[in-house]
Amino acid sequence: MTYILIFISAVFVNNIVFSQFLGICPLLGVSRKINTALGMTAAVAFVLTLSTIFTYTVQKLVLQPFHVEFLRTITFVLIIASLVQLVEIVLKKVSHSIYHALGIYLPLITTNCVILGVALLVVKGDFNLIESVVFAISTAIGFGMALVIFAGIREQLSLLKLPKSMDGIPTALIAAGLLAMAFMGFAGIVK
Amino acid sequence: MKDSGYTIIVKGLVTQNPVLVLTLGMCPTLATTTSALNGMSMGLATLLVLLGSNIVVSLLKNIISDKIRIPAYVVVIATFVSVIDMLIHANFPALHESLGIFIPLIVVNCIVLGRAEAFASKNNVFRSALDGLAMGLGFTLALTLLGVIRELLGSGKIFGLVIYSEHYGALLFVLAPGAFITLGFLISFLNKLKKTLTLKGNKNHL
Repeated sequence: MTYILIFISAVFVNNIVFSQFLGICPLLGVSRKINTALGMTAAVAFVLTLSTIFTYTVQKLVLQPFHVEFLRTITFVLIIASLVQLVEIVLKKVSHSIYHALGIYLPLITTNCVILGVALLVVKGDFNLIESVVFAISTAIGFGMALVIFAGIREQLSLLKLPKSMDGIPTALIAAGLLAMAFMGFAGIVK
Repeated sequence: MKDSGYTIIVKGLVTQNPVLVLTLGMCPTLATTTSALNGMSMGLATLLVLLGSNIVVSLLKNIISDKIRIPAYVVVIATFVSVIDMLIHANFPALHESLGIFIPLIVVNCIVLGRAEAFASKNNVFRSALDGLAMGLGFTLALTLLGVIRELLGSGKIFGLVIYSEHYGALLFVLAPGAFITLGFLISFLNKLKKTLTLKGNKNHL
């Protein structure tokens, strides 16, 4: 039951993009086409799950027992950066097709605040390992859903004739605002 | 092509404002501007990190090997973020609570790494410090502006000072959608303003 609650909360109620404001850069950057949105989502889901397991383990086995929690930010950033590099190298050797599908999105993930954000939220929420993994996967699904819905809207928006000063980022932001309003409808389902 | 000190400041504050022109660092911009004070504090925290990291990166630019420069920059930035995080936690616990995870997330703010890579790694200490200061001020300015608008429309206050009764405020602007909508209209307004100024023959490109 806890897992279902975590899932619903992360996907709908506390959607990482529209209510937590994490991952806005990819939302505005790679959401022009549904295909690129899906590619980015796959890359994020993959790295997010791995990085959450790693950061969780380091937090519980190294940072907490030795009382060096103040090093959390540095440690997590280094883990994420090296993990992204590692994933890139391994994918290149093991599966060329996945590497080509995810290729350009992987380096971008290092500076994606979703990854570090989830690692920090897991610490803050005091989850256990399985809850953390469920939370990471649900967050990735929520992120992907937001990105795909938004890409669909933007594909339609690009066909419209807009006033010059509203074209591009401003319209995208306002559309995101309206979408965020829709997501607010889920508020209160899970506390 | 070396910019003068004046140009660096104008670029950071106006012509290349990180938030309103380059649209970098959107996450903290949208998340922490629920009130003018929160927005300004976040801006100032980022300013300090930016200043520190720009100075250190420019001091170390000849020592850091080119291949590992990005991880090295990230470590420098993360160090400053940890310092700021602890300072805020010790001195302003309430602020630390309301900014939450967005303080450690300054590490992944693209502005900070962007300035280290694009400016501090190629310029001397003084100019890098000036650039960090200007970009940080530009960021603070944009966040404060957004915070003022959202706080005024949402709860009728500016920096906690009551302008009109809270009953007439639209709560929407303090909540998530208001952040997107306000920023969208703010950027489009600035685009329009820029176009009008250019049409009037004011073509002194900076």
